[in-house]
Amino acid sequence: MSTETRHSVNYSTRVDKVGIRPRLVRTIRALITIFIALTLLIPVVWMGMTAFKSRADAVASPPKLVFEPTLEGFVSLLTKRRQLTAEQKAEYEQRTDLNWADEIALERGQAIIGQSEYAQRLRNSLIIASTSTVLSVAMGLLSAYAFSRFRIPGEGDLLFFILSTRMLPPVVVTIPIFLMYREIGLYDTHIGMILLYTAFNLSFSVWLLKGFIDEIPREYEEAALVDGYTRLQAFVRIVLPQAVTGIAATTVFSFIFAWNEYAFALMLTTDTARTAPPSIPSVLGTGGIEWAAIAAGSLGFLIPVVIVTFLLRRYLLRGVTFGAIRQG
Amino acid sequence: MSHVAAQAVTNSQTPEKRERRRQVSDQTIVRLFIMPTLILLIVINIFPLFYSLYLSFTDYSVIANKPPEWVGLENYQKILTKELPRYWHNFVVTGSYALLSVGLQVVIGFSLAMLLREKFKGSGFVTTLILIPMMLSPVVVGLFWKLIFDPSKGIFNYFLYPGNPSAGPEWLANPQLALWAIVIVDVWMWSPFVMLLCLSGLSAIPDYLYEAAAIDRASSWFQFRRITLPQVAPLLLIAVLFRTIEAFKAFDLVMGLTGGTPGDATETVAVRIYREAFLGKFNTGESSALAYIVLVIIIAVSNLYIRALNRMRED
Repeated sequence: MSTETRHSVNYSTRVDKVGIRPRLVRTIRALITIFIALTLLIPVVWMGMTAFKSRADAVASPPKLVFEPTLEGFVSLLTKRRQLTAEQKAEYEQRTDLNWADEIALERGQAIIGQSEYAQRLRNSLIIASTSTVLSVAMGLLSAYAFSRFRIPGEGDLLFFILSTRMLPPVVVTIPIFLMYREIGLYDTHIGMILLYTAFNLSFSVWLLKGFIDEIPREYEEAALVDGYTRLQAFVRIVLPQAVTGIAATTVFSFIFAWNEYAFALMLTTDTARTAPPSIPSVLGTGGIEWAAIAAGSLGFLIPVVIVTFLLRRYLLRGVTFGAIRQG
Repeated sequence: MSHVAAQAVTNSQTPEKRERRRQVSDQTIVRLFIMPTLILLIVINIFPLFYSLYLSFTDYSVIANKPPEWVGLENYQKILTKELPRYWHNFVVTGSYALLSVGLQVVIGFSLAMLLREKFKGSGFVTTLILIPMMLSPVVVGLFWKLIFDPSKGIFNYFLYPGNPSAGPEWLANPQLALWAIVIVDVWMWSPFVMLLCLSGLSAIPDYLYEAAAIDRASSWFQFRRITLPQVAPLLLIAVLFRTIEAFKAFDLVMGLTGGTPGDATETVAVRIYREAFLGKFNTGESSALAYIVLVIIIAVSNLYIRALNRMRED
């Protein structure tokens, strides 16, 4: 990308870009853009609102814009409850040792008897996504460094091979992996999922990190080598500190991919190692789909991603194109 | 490779023995650094591919207590002859979904990029806001849009028919509209991706091209066609290839939104493979054969994609 040429002209000399009319056009353009952006966000905002609606409000027809916020959705998402009889309910209402979650459940005539499966699955998601992220970034970093700094026979082909593994549709690879895992006892285990997600993200992290390491001038390392550093020392003390931004961006991207992954989790886990994405659809209540609970689950799931999107905004382009294209 | 030369110079001053040790250790480092990655990818990706190639020539079900039985090309034959109409339907669904959504994404993504091209106060923030959908989990998005599309409780029909929402269609229950519903959600999610790539292409166009055109009094249509479009084209191509590959893999979003229903109106190839392989009779052999057919298509498109990426990298 020819960023240099773009920066060489800092101001426009175009006659058609001064005066009142172009400024008005610019304002209108900005307003239209903001309007479109807000329209596009309606589904996300709506999900946020639904998460705080009561069970009845969530499915009200016509949809309710104004409602009384409640944490009912979150409570029914994260807890296991038992239906109370009228007497039990009366007895519960006398008690003073109830916390806010119990109170909310009580309004629906229920008592909390423990954590829901979803809480467990959220924990699985966290364990599997973070471990596999650390592994894939660590392994990716080593490979990326080797690819960036040494002449490797068949380098192009190897990199091509590494990226092509990422293009495989999960459904295609899953059948043999399913059989393989069942044979060696990795089916529905954390280790099995961690290995799978590590491999899944590895191609991405190698490509992205190679792009970042390529940008670090070799001269620093060479100077260090002259000073008597070994290769490893030069890698650890010179390259790593300079690649920190790249490592951070790769980590976050890998985490999001693993965090959002659905197909592998659906087909290769049932219970012990099942993650949150395949569980959200099955958060069903006794009387139909509990939309507030589903929205609460989705919201809790999406908030980290939204925050990260903002933190990463300078690297988004790089991330989604495997490091090939850099933002100006 | 400038560093090799530089290293040779620095090493020439050190004893020969030490030089040899460093040479050796460099090679060892390369091996140590690359091997874990290659081994893991081969075990998790390449081995399964060969295994499923074998399975695609067998009659096998993972729930049967019977070893795979070699049947040669029978599975492929079955897919391409007797079972063809239903499989063909899956390919048509996948193809129309890919064509419609990628086409709309290009138009919308490109228009958004044109709008955001000239910076205004807060345009960075607005760009990031628009990018949010693309980072979300497709299955969660699909699931939630299910509520949005609901004819009585959803907000989608309220936007289309503010006065009388019940006049709106039942998006997910109507076989013709269900695919459009998926396309709409996909476009919502992924137009930002196309926009992001186009924005980067637009920002790289040197201003002097437009200045020269302005001096020549070229019309803005001419400028758009002769300057903007050709300059953005390579990035647009990358976006299209990437989205096409992803559309052929379409699974998460479809499962969240419709699960292939109504009937099999939105059953994409990936959903079909899943249903054959993991539901009902667990037709492992036949679904492996189908998976292989899809794989060949995807490899063909990915090849183009990776080549295009490599070219971008070298620039």
